[in-house]
Amino acid sequence: MSADLETASQPQGLRRVAIDPVSRVEGHGKVTLLLDENNRVQQARLHIVEFRGFEKFIEGRPYWEVPVMVQRLCGICPVSHHLAACKALDLVVGATPTPSADKIRRLMHYGQVMQSNALHFFHLSSPDLLFGFDSDLNQRNIVGVAQAHPDIAKKGVLLRKFGQEVIRATAGKRVHGTGSVPGGMNKHVSFEDRALLRRDVAQMIEWAQDAVNIAKQLHAQNPALYDSFGSVPANMLSLVRADGALDLFDGVLRARDAAGHIILDGASDQSYLDLIEEEVKPWTYMKFPYLRSLGPQLGWYRVGPLARIQNCDFIPTPLAEVQRREFLAWGRGQPIHAPLAYHWARMIEVLHSMEVIAELLDDPDILAGELMASGPRRREGIGVIEAPRGTLIHHYAVGDDDLVTMCNLIVATTHNNQAMNTAVRSVARQYMDGREITEGLLNHIEVAIRAYDPCLSCATHALGQMPLDVTLVGPQGELLDRVVRSQRGELRRALGASGGAPP
Amino acid sequence: MSDVHDMDDMRAAPGSPATFSLDGQDVEFQAGETLIEAATRAGRYIPHLCWHPDFHPHGSCRLCTVKVNGRAGAACTMQAAAGQEVQSDTAELNAQRKTLLQMLFVEGNHFCPSCEKSGNCLLQATAYQMGMEGPHFEQFYPNRPVDASHPDLLLDFNRCILCELCVRASRDVDGKSVFAIGGHGIHTHLLVNSDSGRLGDADMALGDRAASICPVGVILPKRRGFAIPIGQRRFDQAPVSQQTQGDGDSP
Repeated sequence: MSADLETASQPQGLRRVAIDPVSRVEGHGKVTLLLDENNRVQQARLHIVEFRGFEKFIEGRPYWEVPVMVQRLCGICPVSHHLAACKALDLVVGATPTPSADKIRRLMHYGQVMQSNALHFFHLSSPDLLFGFDSDLNQRNIVGVAQAHPDIAKKGVLLRKFGQEVIRATAGKRVHGTGSVPGGMNKHVSFEDRALLRRDVAQMIEWAQDAVNIAKQLHAQNPALYDSFGSVPANMLSLVRADGALDLFDGVLRARDAAGHIILDGASDQSYLDLIEEEVKPWTYMKFPYLRSLGPQLGWYRVGPLARIQNCDFIPTPLAEVQRREFLAWGRGQPIHAPLAYHWARMIEVLHSMEVIAELLDDPDILAGELMASGPRRREGIGVIEAPRGTLIHHYAVGDDDLVTMCNLIVATTHNNQAMNTAVRSVARQYMDGREITEGLLNHIEVAIRAYDPCLSCATHALGQMPLDVTLVGPQGELLDRVVRSQRGELRRALGASGGAPP
Repeated sequence: MSDVHDMDDMRAAPGSPATFSLDGQDVEFQAGETLIEAATRAGRYIPHLCWHPDFHPHGSCRLCTVKVNGRAGAACTMQAAAGQEVQSDTAELNAQRKTLLQMLFVEGNHFCPSCEKSGNCLLQATAYQMGMEGPHFEQFYPNRPVDASHPDLLLDFNRCILCELCVRASRDVDGKSVFAIGGHGIHTHLLVNSDSGRLGDADMALGDRAASICPVGVILPKRRGFAIPIGQRRFDQAPVSQQTQGDGDSP
């Protein structure tokens, strides 16, 4: 695992290009590039200026409040935090969830994965993929997709809507519900909601298959781009079911190396601290997790759909399993490491999620049965779940007075920190070297980030409205070039508008 | 409190229904009733926080301030009298009530999105009723650690609005005087009557009236949290103005 371009050997005298801010996700992000006199990229970094205050202000709060509070970490994937916290706190209250609670939670989670993956692909990334990375900025958004490809946009919007309805039926609200509680669930799915959802299941499965086909065709139409763009070999980490099946809700930890060989398998999620270490670097607030057994240089990994689809032995639903095999065949026996393949894997997960949702909607346990369980109290609990963007770890310690004394959260964005940095470096080297700065070129970097994380892409995309201020500064600090993107998405070149080094 | 006004000459005559006018509609009252008691019995809503039908009025939150014959007074302490012209649901009074609510919100730490009292909270419901869409004022963000020392009850002082209902319930119903109000001005705060100042060392039980009287989320039964789903809570069913007969304790 090469870490080159992380730190230039002689940063003095290099020109600095900064994309700041890249995003508003979990704080702010920016990309900085250092170029030598020949405009070769010598250093590229994705900085997430992120302060995870939640870990601190959860301390001192009663544990039963936590699953509702922590989901406010995110408006896109709150269910993942809601459920990961509940899984951790189930252990604190000594509960083994009842069949009804387990199935309703799974239904909620697969609804979440489905809607979030649909949002990620259709709303946020499809404009890049359908129109081109440096296409007309005014068209490169979901409105442009709706105008040029109304059928695709409609399917995306309605798939997501269905997932949101699954969440409402289980959690009580489409966003930031309260259905899951430590020890189980506080409500069943109503007959009315189940009937409403079942009515649309067949249509959604059909559209999910269409979504896989769209992603697949994009690869087939331009394999040179899709297979190489930002591609860097990496280890892969995810939960899998005990029998090796894809399971996004619960399981054991498995990691493969870049060649696809298993590094660790069958590891209890309760042992994550024995498996994962986090490295701190002085230039970013976000930590760099790595597998302890391999160390920080070799042990970094990627998580999320691309890792999950290739980490499991099979997908336990028939339609998605067919698609998984086809996906693997694209790699001709080698693991696929191209970031753009995330979208293909992501759509396979949408299809799988719909198949799981269909099964669970037919299960009578979601309508009736015991919802709560309890047992001997424990002082600590760890909950791990596969969130839409990847492995999510919640870890709490709770005192005898019921107040949280420690909270540790490792979110998918953090797991993917090194992978996203490496992708940014790959794209910067491939596309930025010696080129005049244009919005289209900048968007290449954002496309790579966006493949991993829609939170970032949500902020970077922003329907073309996110302001960007990129400066090119010479060795003596003189301003060589400056491009400003306004709130309205207009690019303006402001050569020599102001002097001095950028912040 | 000596805020209960005597209006001997205008009291209801025995045997004949006496009325006052509330926002233009007659409300019958019985001798000795306050304006808010009579209005509530008649199904009419006057906004309030510190008033509870089971307890002697306190007159501190001033949310029930109405205009009686043009003069402002607290409906919870002012006795009803025949012929009074009472105005309550007016733009002017509701604007003042909203401002009072906004000040209460910023003085404490009221984070409704993760508060387990959400949907059962009289402060939240009244804020909705008064059309409060934001705090308007700068947040104080006071530092108020919770007291989790009691095995069955949690005290989250962040949400206290100093209504003194717990003080009254513990003293007048439970006969324990577990709670008191201490400090002055902006430093006024709820106190626990024990050597350590902690609830775990006080003579308090889950079944006490004071344990269920809190209209906001200060005194909470432990380990219950979100057992009742959002959507099935008291003020999810109907706005506070339509629950004049339901001023019960915390569910």
